[in-house]
Amino acid sequence: MNLDVITDHLDYFLVGAYPHGPLGGAALTLILSVLSALVSGVLGFILGIALAVTRGFAQTSLLLVLSFFRAIPVIMLIFWTYFMLPIVFGINVPGIATVVIALSLIGGAYLAHSVYAGIRSLRQGQWQAAAALGLRPWQVLRYVILPQALPIMTPSFINQWVALIKDTSLAYVIGVGELSFVATQVSNREMVYPTEIFLFVALLYYAICSTLEFFANRVARRYQQAT
Amino acid sequence: MIEIDQVSKWYGSTQVLAECSTRVAKGEVVVICGPSGSGKSTLIKLVNGLESFQSGRITVDGVFVDAPETDLPKLRSRVGMVFQNFELFPHLSVRDNLTLAQIKVLGRSKKEARERGLSLLERVGLQAYAKQYPSQLSGGQQQRVAIARALCMDPICMLFDEPTSALDPEMVNEVLDVMIELAREGMTMMCVTHEMGFAREVADRVIFIDQGVIVEDCHRDDFFGDVAARSERAQQFLSSILSH
Repeated sequence: MNLDVITDHLDYFLVGAYPHGPLGGAALTLILSVLSALVSGVLGFILGIALAVTRGFAQTSLLLVLSFFRAIPVIMLIFWTYFMLPIVFGINVPGIATVVIALSLIGGAYLAHSVYAGIRSLRQGQWQAAAALGLRPWQVLRYVILPQALPIMTPSFINQWVALIKDTSLAYVIGVGELSFVATQVSNREMVYPTEIFLFVALLYYAICSTLEFFANRVARRYQQAT
Repeated sequence: MIEIDQVSKWYGSTQVLAECSTRVAKGEVVVICGPSGSGKSTLIKLVNGLESFQSGRITVDGVFVDAPETDLPKLRSRVGMVFQNFELFPHLSVRDNLTLAQIKVLGRSKKEARERGLSLLERVGLQAYAKQYPSQLSGGQQQRVAIARALCMDPICMLFDEPTSALDPEMVNEVLDVMIELAREGMTMMCVTHEMGFAREVADRVIFIDQGVIVEDCHRDDFFGDVAARSERAQQFLSSILSH
């Protein structure tokens, strides 16, 4: 084991070429993760509610779109947005935005189903009791259904976000300099230390994912105690 | 107050209610009974529009329940409903269960809503439980809170959908006592229930439904007193639930 290879390139692993060049490494992985988590969360939330309140044709179309995004590989969607959009619409999408869009669409599609399942898991009587009091449909959702469904959804959200953090590594295919990308660069340059480098990278991913899990669980537990 | 006129309802191709007609006058207490699956719960849920129907008409205080221009949430806020499974909101304390709709629907201030909630909680004998959560209460207590929650809205009438069917036997009476008191105070009530003791004591009329058809609709003295004049199905039903 030669740990010098890690310490020598520590800055590069953590922040890439920053401040002399673009931000990269673990910092960029974090930024990609946080952005995709936020967008996919909002998307999943809205689409999940839409699934729960629509019927018939609207619901079927929504389900079709969602199943499409759940079925295609992330890497394909990244390629697509990166190479197809400029050709089809004549707009240039920056690499980072491409990754965030792709991960959010796919994450959102998964989360929509979790949100839908969470809402569906409540008894029909809760909807009826709230409606019988004169609450309007959006008030029923806001004050009665969602406060009960959200704690049920938390594990799915954590799972999805952990998967998403790891999927940011696919950004390397379009040259976005996140953690896996810089690790590959260093490994190629140093040639003989892949074990050390990728073990370190694995540890970094583990640290990021378990930090998320730790805080998410704490928030969830506090929320559940309050109810 | 409540007029049900020639109402029919189908689930797909199965008819669950067939041309049901009845009316409930202001201050009247009507008990609806019948075998399970007869459509009695469905009928009562039509009155505040929780279920839809395909033909006929229902009015509550002159408002057509199924008219497209009817503001259904507004109508519902004036009609109290109590469910078989209580359906208190488990994430809210007893107090917040009582105040939620008062604040969000009637626009009452928090203070006003709490005072109203507390006075009704006192009326059902549970003022000590305001800060508890529904899961900490017994079934009978939960149902009394549910009745108080409905009364907080100052309803013009009350619908009860088998309010004691999910309760342990020793808790049935505490709920019935609240309902009897309410009936004696002149509340207009439609109650789906098998509690014939309750029907005998406070019901003005008894409706018997079988297979979606209103078979009997008569004064309680006729229903219980003149059994020989009742239909065969009603007699069978009565003997099966009164024999013990």
